[in-house]
Amino acid sequence: MTNLLLIDAGTIEWSRAQFALTAIYHWLFVPLTLGLAVIMGIMETCYYRTKDTFWKDAAKFWQKLFGINFAMGIATGIILEFEFGTNWSNYSWFVGDIFGAPLAVEGIVAFFMESTFVAVMYFGWNKVSRGFHLASTWLTGLGATISAWWILVANAWMQYPVGCEFNPDTMRHEMVSFSEVALSPFAISKFCHTVTSAWIVGAVFCVGVCCWYLMKKRDTRLALESLKIGAIVGLVASLLAAATGHKSAQDVAEVQPMKLAAMEALYNGGTDVGLTAVAWVNPFSQPDYANDESAPLKIEMPYALSFMATNDIHGYVPGINDLLNGYTKPDGTREPSIDEKIERGKKAIVALADYRKARQEGVPVDSLGAQLATINENMKYFGYGYIKDKDQVVPYIPINFWAFRIMVGIGCLLILFFAIVIAGAYKWPAKLWQKRDITSLPHWHYWVAIALIPLAYIASESGWLVAEFGRQPWTIQDMLPTWVAVSDLHSSSVIITFFLFLILFTTMLAVEINILIKQIKKGPDYSA
Amino acid sequence: MRKDSFIYRFFNLYYEGFRDMKLGRTLWTIILIKLFIMFAILKVFFFPNFLKEHAPGNESSYVATELIDRAEP
Ligand code: HEM
Repeated sequence: MTNLLLIDAGTIEWSRAQFALTAIYHWLFVPLTLGLAVIMGIMETCYYRTKDTFWKDAAKFWQKLFGINFAMGIATGIILEFEFGTNWSNYSWFVGDIFGAPLAVEGIVAFFMESTFVAVMYFGWNKVSRGFHLASTWLTGLGATISAWWILVANAWMQYPVGCEFNPDTMRHEMVSFSEVALSPFAISKFCHTVTSAWIVGAVFCVGVCCWYLMKKRDTRLALESLKIGAIVGLVASLLAAATGHKSAQDVAEVQPMKLAAMEALYNGGTDVGLTAVAWVNPFSQPDYANDESAPLKIEMPYALSFMATNDIHGYVPGINDLLNGYTKPDGTREPSIDEKIERGKKAIVALADYRKARQEGVPVDSLGAQLATINENMKYFGYGYIKDKDQVVPYIPINFWAFRIMVGIGCLLILFFAIVIAGAYKWPAKLWQKRDITSLPHWHYWVAIALIPLAYIASESGWLVAEFGRQPWTIQDMLPTWVAVSDLHSSSVIITFFLFLILFTTMLAVEINILIKQIKKGPDYSA
Repeated sequence: MRKDSFIYRFFNLYYEGFRDMKLGRTLWTIILIKLFIMFAILKVFFFPNFLKEHAPGNESSYVATELIDRAEP
């Protein structure tokens, strides 16, 4: 018999660390793939429209960099699936076919779109018509974006499980509505924000590479034209990311209020709540939210959090303590306290145990209506049945708080940056740029642009830290905490694979960066 | 086969494409090494399917026991 006490605590933490490591590593490749897809698509569209071979060379150059990143990223996501099967077997079984369907569609679409259109994009120059080639380039990007869609549908389901029913006989969730799962509002917001933020990463990368050429005073036309495209894509994407990020935050406020409270270090909620710009939240320890009124040294924008979360400056936003103790919503309904949820979770687990025992003894399903009703009524709080201490449902506030500020802060910085680059590239306002030329600025300007490349990655990874740390301890929101989802493994085996991955990933990353830098230094191959 | 037939042109695209690769060769080598490490080493030796190993054919009962027993009494 397995008991929670017998599950090696290290197994949970190492499995989480391993999953985080793999996901962070995987996410180094995805945004650049999605972002460069747009950049190279625009370049080739310019070639299609102008027939100027300069644009063809430019498109080929960015496609080469896209290819390197694509090749390095291939299959890095598959490791996550390995981990599901080995380290998170209870979870994998429990989610049932919810994951199977989106991931299968993703696999098939990715394989067919990528193997066909990537091949035409790289091998098809001068072999297929310009129009077909252009379509293949855009479809390569579209294929990657559609893949991202399905993965995000799976992720969104864990954060907001919809369109499914739990089957106590199979112990799996079964999809009752594909459209509810695939078009869940949470998935749509997630997709829009993730994709637009990925375009930012591609744009920053593009502008950074161009600035390096400008600094070295080489390939100036390619650098200047690409810089303009990169900066315009970047500005549009940054504004879209801010708008979609706002929508994501509203979704979070609605379905994961604890995540929002952690992001904002909001211990006690209320109406007319301000949005925290900065506050002192010690990055290394969980604050004493039960006793502190609020985080110290707080500077806030009045009413902004209420407005952001509810579209009403006087709207009610619950804090961590409200969520723990229960509260009455503005519409008069009551959000149960954690203790009440724990009771309901336990009821569901006991009913499940009774149901399964009775079934083993041969009792027909028809006679087990009461147990089934209890399971169904309380299933949405199933996971609370495993909570022993209220604090277990509070995510680690410092990571959420700071990661959110890093993401948004860098996002705002990038809006400004892209606007300045566009102004410089188009010499607007003319007076300011009379004595300056973007192709011959002091070097530190270019270094700033290059330094923004890692910052854009940091923003992107921080986004995932918010999304994933903010939903702790749940692997499936309110239904399955990490310590129940994890397999009954010995931590030593997880530790070994953690370090194996660390070595493998570091090597692969070094190889990729090395090849990328070599190709950037080599520059584009110009047609004769 | 006629050289202007679709099938010929389709295969020729891949054939000549792979044959004339330069940087692509390095990238494909890396992809193949990576896939080998992942599927022939990591998957086989380090990432067995836990449930298939511990409860082949009986996964639902195994998971039920896990989920019920891990709850506080
Ligand atoms: C500028 C304002 C921004 C706002 C208001 C914002 C808001 C948010 C919120 C609320 C989440 C959590 C969503 C969830 O848990 O479901 C999130 C996630 C994320 N953000 Fe941002 N964000 C902004 C900028 C950026 C920037 C600049 C990047 C990257 C360059 C970025 C990349 C991400 C990523 C990759 C995620 C995880 C995927 C997801 O959950 O959507 N965000 N963002």
